[in-house]
Formats: sequence, C-alpha cells, structure tokens
Amino acid sequence: MPTDAPIPTEKGARGDILKMRDLRKAFGSRTVLDGVDVDVKAGEKVALIGPSGSGKTTILRMAIGLTKPDSGTIQIEDKYLWHEMRNGQLAPSGEKNARISRRPVGMVFQQFNLFPHMTALQNVREPMVQVLGLSRKEADAHAATLLDQVGLSTHKDKRPAQLSGGQQQRVAIARSLGLKPKVMLFDEVTSALDPELVGEVLRVLRELSHASDMAMLLVTHEIKFAADIADRVLMFDQGKIIEDGPPSQVIGDPQVLRTRQFLRAVNER
Amino acid sequence: MNASFWDWSYAWSVLPSLLEGLKITVFATVIGSAIAVVFGLVLCMLRLARVPVVSQVVWFLVEFLRGTPFLVQLYFIFYVLPHYGILFSPLTTGVIALGIYGSARAAEFYRAALETIPTGQWEACLTLGLPIRHVWTGVIFPQMWPIAVPMLGNLVIAMFKDTAILSTITVLELVARAKDAGFQSFRYLEPLTMAGLLFWIVSYAAARGIRYLESRNAH
Amino acid sequence: MSTSVFDYMPFLLGGIGVTLKITFAAIALAVPVAFILAFGRMSSWAVLRWPAGFVIETFRGTSAVVQLFWAFYVLPFFGINLSPMTAGIIVLGLNEGSYFSEVVRTSLKSIAVGQREAATALHLPRLYTFFRVVLPQALPVMVPPFGNSLVLMLKFTALVSLVTIQDLSFRAGLIATSIGTSGTIYGITLALYFIMALGLAAMIMVLERVVNRWAGKHTGDEAFFAPRKSAIPAWAFGR
Repeated sequence: MPTDAPIPTEKGARGDILKMRDLRKAFGSRTVLDGVDVDVKAGEKVALIGPSGSGKTTILRMAIGLTKPDSGTIQIEDKYLWHEMRNGQLAPSGEKNARISRRPVGMVFQQFNLFPHMTALQNVREPMVQVLGLSRKEADAHAATLLDQVGLSTHKDKRPAQLSGGQQQRVAIARSLGLKPKVMLFDEVTSALDPELVGEVLRVLRELSHASDMAMLLVTHEIKFAADIADRVLMFDQGKIIEDGPPSQVIGDPQVLRTRQFLRAVNER
Repeated sequence: MNASFWDWSYAWSVLPSLLEGLKITVFATVIGSAIAVVFGLVLCMLRLARVPVVSQVVWFLVEFLRGTPFLVQLYFIFYVLPHYGILFSPLTTGVIALGIYGSARAAEFYRAALETIPTGQWEACLTLGLPIRHVWTGVIFPQMWPIAVPMLGNLVIAMFKDTAILSTITVLELVARAKDAGFQSFRYLEPLTMAGLLFWIVSYAAARGIRYLESRNAH
Repeated sequence: MSTSVFDYMPFLLGGIGVTLKITFAAIALAVPVAFILAFGRMSSWAVLRWPAGFVIETFRGTSAVVQLFWAFYVLPFFGINLSPMTAGIIVLGLNEGSYFSEVVRTSLKSIAVGQREAATALHLPRLYTFFRVVLPQALPVMVPPFGNSLVLMLKFTALVSLVTIQDLSFRAGLIATSIGTSGTIYGITLALYFIMALGLAAMIMVLERVVNRWAGKHTGDEAFFAPRKSAIPAWAFGR
C-alpha cells in the first residue's frame, strides 16, 4: 500500500548516481512494478530487457520523473525526486521539487518527439539557451558541433519532416546531450525505425558508450547490442527484476529459467 | 423575502404562460428537426452525386443558407410566401424556415460524416463487386449514422435555441411569452431568467442524452 | 417599384459597417474569453474550474436571443446601464467565446503528450513550453474552427437588430415596413450577408497561411486553392 510515512535517509554508496528503492506502481488493477530496486553508478551502462509490460519502461520513466511511483523512493545524485527533507525528516514533495531534482537526467524517446516546427539546429539549440542560459550564438555553435558528432551537420537546417527516422532520432540524441546530463535514458530508441535505419542510431549509441562518462540506461530489444555495450543487464518480468548481472551472465549464460525462455524466443525472430 | 431582488410570487405566476410557450418551442423544434434530418440527407446526396446542374445548384443553396442569418431568412420567407398566395400560420412558416435552415446545416454534417469513413471501406466494396444499393444500405450508411448522430443531436439542440427567433414573427413560443410578461409588468428579470433556465434545463438534458447515445454507439 | 428600393440602398448599405464593426469587436472579445475559459477548465484548481464551467454551460445552454434580451432588459434593473451596442458585443463575445473555448481546450490537449514529455525531459521552463512548443502546434489546428466562429458571429449580429441596434438587418426591416417590397429587400440583404461571409472566408484562408507559416509548417509552396479530394468515389453514384 502506498505510504507517506517518513522514510529514513540512506547515504548513497560511493559513486551511485541513481538509487531507486522499493518502487511500486499499479495502473488500475494491473500491477506494473512490484517492489523494484535499482542502483546505478556514475558512468555505468545498464541495459534493461524483458517482455512488454514487464515494467522496464515504467522504471525508466520514473528515473526522470515522468511517471510517479505509488510508493518507494528515487534519488538522483543526492536529491530525492518526490521527497524532500523537512525538519530533518523525509516528506513527500511535488512537481516543483521534481523539476529541480531531475535536472541531471536526460531522455531519448521511442517516438523521437522532436519539435516539428523547428529545424534540427533549433531543436538542439533551444534547450541550451533556455536551460543553460547560453547566448544564441554560443548555443548555435555547440549545437552544430553536436550535430556533427552524430553525423548530421549537413542537415542542420532541415525540419524533422524532411528527415528520416534514423536522422530524427540522432537529432533527438544530440538535443539531450546538449544539456550535459549525468544520466541518459534511452526508451527503445530503435523500435520505431525501419530496420535499415537502426544501424546508424546504434552506431551513435556505441560511440557514446565508449566516449562519454555519463551513466546510460537503455531499454532495448536489441539483445546483441546490449550485450556489446552494457556493463550490466537487468532482466525484467512481471514487475520485478529477476536477473541482474554482467552481459556474459544474463545474456550469455542466464541462471534464471524465465530469462532463458525469453532470450530463446527473441532469438527465433 | 427580498422583494426588490427576486419576486418569487411573480415568478410562479408567470410560469404557466412560459410553459405554454415551451410547448410551442418543443413542437417547432421537433417538427423542424424532423424536416432537417430528412431533407439534409436528401440535399447531401444530391450534392455528392455530381448530377450536372442540380448538384451545383444544391451546393450553392446549401452554402447560401449556411452563410446567412436565420433571422433574415425567416423574414424573407414570412413576407414572400403570401405574395405567391401561400398563407401559412406564423408557426407553420417558422417551422418550415427552421426546417430549411436546419437541412442546410444537416447536409454539411452528413457530408462530413461520409468523408470520415475510411477510403478502405469504399475500396473493399469495389473489389468485392457489391451492388451499389447494397454498398450504401449495407456498408456506408450503417457507418455514417454513428458519426452523424452526435452532430445531428447538437443540431437539434441548436435549433431548439433558434426557435427563439420565431418570436419575431409573432409566434408565441417561450421567449415571446417571457418578453410579453415582462412588458406587461415592467419586470423582465423573472420571466427572462426563467425562460433562460427552461432553455438550459432542456438543452442540458438533451446533451446528456446525446452523450449517452454516443457511448452506446461506441461499442 | 425598383426605383424606390434603390433609393434606400445607401441607408441599407450603411448597415454593413455596423454589422462588420460588431462582428469584429465581438470576435476580438471572444478569443481572449475562449482562452481564459479554456485555461479555467483545464486548471487543477476547482476554484477556477467550476466558475469557468458554469460560464461555459450557461452561455452554451441558453439561447443567444435570451441572453441578448436579458442584457438589454434585465441588467438596467440591477443598475447596469449599457448601451445596446456594448451589451450586444459583450453578449455575443461571451457566447461565442464559450463555444470556442472548447476548441481551444481540445486543440491544446491534442498536442501529443510526447511533445510535452520531451519538454519535461529537456527541463524547459513551463512558460516557454507553452508558448514555443505547444501553442505553435495548436494554433494551426484552431484556425479552421475559428473561421467557423467568425462566420457564425456574422450571422449572430443579425440578432442585435432585435435590441434596437441599427445593423444591416434592422435597416432592412425598417425599409421593408416603409415601402412594402419585403421580398426584394430581404433578398438583397441575404445576398449582402452572403458576400460578407465569403469575404470572411477569404480572410480566414489568408490567416491560415500566415499562422501555418509562423508555426513553421511550410515545406514549400502549397497550392492555395487546392480543391479538396473527396473520399467518396464517383462510382458510388453510378458514374
């Protein structure tokens, strides 16, 4: 049952950038998360796999505060997302506090969600102006660099409607990167793409995983890719994490039957 | 009792007359709507059928009726018909005018509903070689009605409110009676407010009815 | 007979100015009213939601004629003495504003949730999100219904003739009772309204273009008068 009783604070283990404790969520009568704990260290690359509805996307959305848990706590660096310290005790807080706490996190969506009325450059530039306070000129320069890094410098003045899905997704990645997040969330970012466009996005993700020191959480169905770049893989099923370990174990040699079944079914595509 | 603000005894005394007027309002609405619903479909079909001359005339007529005020249309019909020897009661004239204006609006709703039907439906009928009559009665119309009914329902409610305009040609409907009572007693507050309330009650009930129908059709 | 009708034409045509003035004044009131009511309805505070809902229900649920008469006959009783013109503009503005607020509300809501979530994930300030992300996408959607509202407003102005405002309909009535050729007069009046309606429709087409351009929705030059393709095939009527 959701509780608003004061929860004792926990000093994060060194290097933890994201701590999620005992998260529960139900939509109506359907339980989506049934008591999930996730700890992510700074710079760690974590892949979340599992069948649809197993809760992996919900966990991701909770990490940036788009979905609020029914109970449990979420800490980003040292700040709680939905709680705050009042008189030495932890008390529930609302959107205002969440806005501040979620700042170190960024997210890339399955449907890209680029702003259709702006060019690629403007899409990448605007958050830097609005949030980081850069001047338009500075932001334009940074944005051009980012677009170059994802291989789209020739397309920077195009509108999303003039770009392919793969190109749009790369713009979306550049857009989020502009804010220099400490944690980046990727929600099935290749699932909406034509098969031949998936590769270009995966390439960018692979470069990111090598070159950047931000933590990355990826919900994905690309199992091979996950095995390639992840430090850790979490297997979700029916609202719980049933296996947690390095890719060599979870994907290479699963200890849990359900994980084996899932991977076998996925491989038969 | 705050007699200077709202006079309850006066309000109650006016009510019977208002209710008589409401009867006429409802009558005009029902008949006018019936005309509109039927003729609207006829006009719509004539327009879509692309019959040379006829379709263009109908299209122009519908646009003209939709683009001009009902009040002036009513005056026109009321004053023109007698010149052709047609002598209807004001109520009849009003209902006919209401029906004509409503038909034009209904025609547009029917057209919108038909355009909303996925083109795949038409293609399926074509590839199955269904006879034209069956295409309409068996496939298209059954899909048109659920889309059109809410729009037609709103049209009926709009026509209910438009009946107030009939008061200008001496039809003794609800608003006419309210004005009359106000004129005679120099107090307009109670009769007009009650008339407004009666309008509101009926249109609210009708709107709920439509939403109920909508939800039933959605299954 | 016709010569006497044309003698009165200047007087009749003078009504066009009055009608248009009321139309535009009332629509200028209706748009902000619509936005205010829409925000009220979408507010998370009940203290804003209920009054907004009440206003919307009142104006949409009762007849515009009743509202006009109420403003004209009843308000003086409360010591509020408005000129007929002011009363007419206010009533029509509130009336149409209530209807249009639903359009505003649904178009704002229709901007895909994904856009708003992206704005949240990018930590964009709320005002910026509304004015530079949601609104530019919602406004183009609102323009066609706004066009409807504008033409509706034109037709509603005819009702103000019932509260002594000397608009086009009022003058037509005066002339008709003076010289008796009602059919001709009202016929001409109808034609004048129709021409005005066509003019307004043309203005809306221009507005649509301007708004779409502002919202950045052009990828080139679209055909301006492109005929709409009907979904109903020609064979359905035996052609």
